[in-house]
Amino acid sequence: MSNILEVHNVVKRYSQHTALNNVSIDIPKGVIFGLLGPNGAGKTSLIRIINQITGPDEGYILLDGTKLNQNHIKDIGYLPEERGLYKKMKVGEQLLYLAQLKGLSEKQAMEKLKEWFIKFDIKTWWDKNVEDLSKGMQQKIQFVATVMHEPKLIILDEPFSGFDPINADLIKNEILELKEKGSTIIFSTHRMESVEELCDNIALINKSEKVLDGAKKDIKERFKTHTYNVEYLGNLGDLDNQFDIINTENIEDNFSKSIIKIKPEVPVNQLVRQILDRVELRSFGENIPTMNDIFKRVVNETID
Amino acid sequence: MKNILLILRREYLVRIKKKSFWVMTLLMPILISGFYALLFWGVFNSRDAQKVSIIDESGVFTQKFKNSSNVKYEFVKISLDSAITRLNQDRKDKTDIVALIPKNIMEEPQGLKIYTGKGVGFEIQNRIERIVQNEIRNVKLAKAGISQKVLDEADVDVSSKVVVVSKEGDQKEQNTLASTILGTFSAILMFTTVLLFGMQVMRSVIEEKTSRIIEVIISSVKPFQLMVGKIVGVGLVGLTQFALWITFTFVLTSISSSLLPANQMAKAAQEQMSEMPEKQKDEIAKKVNETPNSAGKVVAFMQSAKSLNIPLILGCFLFYFLFGYIFYASVYGAIGSAVDNETDTQQFMTPIMLPLLAGYVIALMTVGQGDNKLLFWASIIPFTSPITMMARLPYGVETWEIVLSMLLLVLSTIGMVWFAAKIYRVGILMYGKKPTFKEIGKWLFYKG
Repeated sequence: MSNILEVHNVVKRYSQHTALNNVSIDIPKGVIFGLLGPNGAGKTSLIRIINQITGPDEGYILLDGTKLNQNHIKDIGYLPEERGLYKKMKVGEQLLYLAQLKGLSEKQAMEKLKEWFIKFDIKTWWDKNVEDLSKGMQQKIQFVATVMHEPKLIILDEPFSGFDPINADLIKNEILELKEKGSTIIFSTHRMESVEELCDNIALINKSEKVLDGAKKDIKERFKTHTYNVEYLGNLGDLDNQFDIINTENIEDNFSKSIIKIKPEVPVNQLVRQILDRVELRSFGENIPTMNDIFKRVVNETID
Repeated sequence: MKNILLILRREYLVRIKKKSFWVMTLLMPILISGFYALLFWGVFNSRDAQKVSIIDESGVFTQKFKNSSNVKYEFVKISLDSAITRLNQDRKDKTDIVALIPKNIMEEPQGLKIYTGKGVGFEIQNRIERIVQNEIRNVKLAKAGISQKVLDEADVDVSSKVVVVSKEGDQKEQNTLASTILGTFSAILMFTTVLLFGMQVMRSVIEEKTSRIIEVIISSVKPFQLMVGKIVGVGLVGLTQFALWITFTFVLTSISSSLLPANQMAKAAQEQMSEMPEKQKDEIAKKVNETPNSAGKVVAFMQSAKSLNIPLILGCFLFYFLFGYIFYASVYGAIGSAVDNETDTQQFMTPIMLPLLAGYVIALMTVGQGDNKLLFWASIIPFTSPITMMARLPYGVETWEIVLSMLLLVLSTIGMVWFAAKIYRVGILMYGKKPTFKEIGKWLFYKG
């Protein structure tokens, strides 16, 4: 699998601070890529560089194997976090205008827009002024503006903020459909539940530096604590020294809950066997770190 | 280039489609032609004649005050106090003005007093003074042994023609009044439109910034393209408006002047004059010149206006508008990019307004003073030249001065656009803090 986007050693400095310090990221084709990081970490700076709104001070970026240039503008669709449209302009006119800025001819733009207007069932909006639409409706229009030219790379900055759950689902399905069609989606957010749900790969930026990246499942594997949650009836007593009971607490109806850590090379089945010998098992599960846990852990570590 | 055209088209169409554009476009010529109509109306249908009651204590002036269309004189033999009660009152013998000519007017010409309820126009005051002054002179000359005949013969009307001689020796008649009006008017128009359309650019930049669409746009086009497209688009709106103004004004003034008696009367007066013997003609001309605001003045003005080089002035106006506008619009654009909302623009507006205002004031104060050094330099220096050169042009300006002024304007406009683009590029992405001049200065050195 080749990379749609390669960020090589990018440095961006402003007068007071360094926004990006030697950041390198590879984004494989056809994935949903989560660009994570706390506020002010440098995500927006990186996105602006990818969009060629600003240039890097050092380093370079390859899009589909070639160095980023003006011809790539039509290959990228960008939905900024702070959304906005021309308020006094009609929806249809505005989208036609934005599509033409992305390099579509008026005719092509018209065709594409028709499809989207049918798909979202918003045909009646065409002649409305943007300011007469609700915020959610405006967001939909903006989403159409982002993807109508069928870009190879779609950059969505906090795409779900401002959407009600129904529209958020609608957009989520669109994102998945776009991925299906072969687009790559960069997804900048600090809302971990959507990362958990959608992203294949992630990169975490903190304090201007990339601190973590890779496939989501690999990262989860890497951050695995090898701990298991066990709920049972009875007394567990002491276990083998391969196993370490970190914590036990009583929960309702005389049941107990223990967190048990095992040595990485020891098979889980051994633990299960020992437990079954001693107590009546109610539930058993591996303690897999959520993206939220990983995010917090990494960010806090780099603070220390 | 394609992007600039797209942006330009949007900026243009959005404005042309606005109601306010058409309101402005239609209203302005109506105002101008209405003013024009009012002028003629004022000449021929002046308000009710003002009644002037004269108390002549000296008894010298009895036959000397002649009624005219807008002033009726009446000699009254009542006390000043009772005459004054006639002012300000709703009564049959109401009078607008009371003029008291004291007994010793011959010895003390400053003794003339004018009483009024509502204030008195400069014109009437002037007329009364002049009649008294003439008569005092006549009486004194008569006492010195000069006969009335000699006095009449000595009363000649002198009027001059100003002839401008160019270096090549060409002579051209110049009409000072027409030049002054045209110079002042075009300077005011230049100041207003540059300011108006410059501000529009600024507002448009702020709108894009506050609505946050800016980030989407500049992910598709370069900030410079956006700025240029915007400035040119708004500028074309300005040119469209001028074209429409000129057309409408022309149509409306031709309609209004053909409806009003002014032209016909003026024409009739002209025809009559051409049939008259030379002497009579002079007398009429004299009368016409004696009364300001009269048909003769209008005719003379209209004729001399023809001697002005209108194509040159119009061409220069368009040139100076275009570059003066781009010059200031780019500054306004840069300011718009640096702030988050219009209220934050105040601190930057003053330094931008100053040169424009200076040009405006210089133009109005010194219009017609061909050798004024201040006016000369102001018309060469790009900050003020679009306005001040317009004030000079109707009087004739040396070609090299125009060329130098235009050249400097073009060069500095290019410089200003470059300068503004650097600020604009950084400014449009800056939110939250109110920038200072120092900070904006730093933006100039930011790398792409």
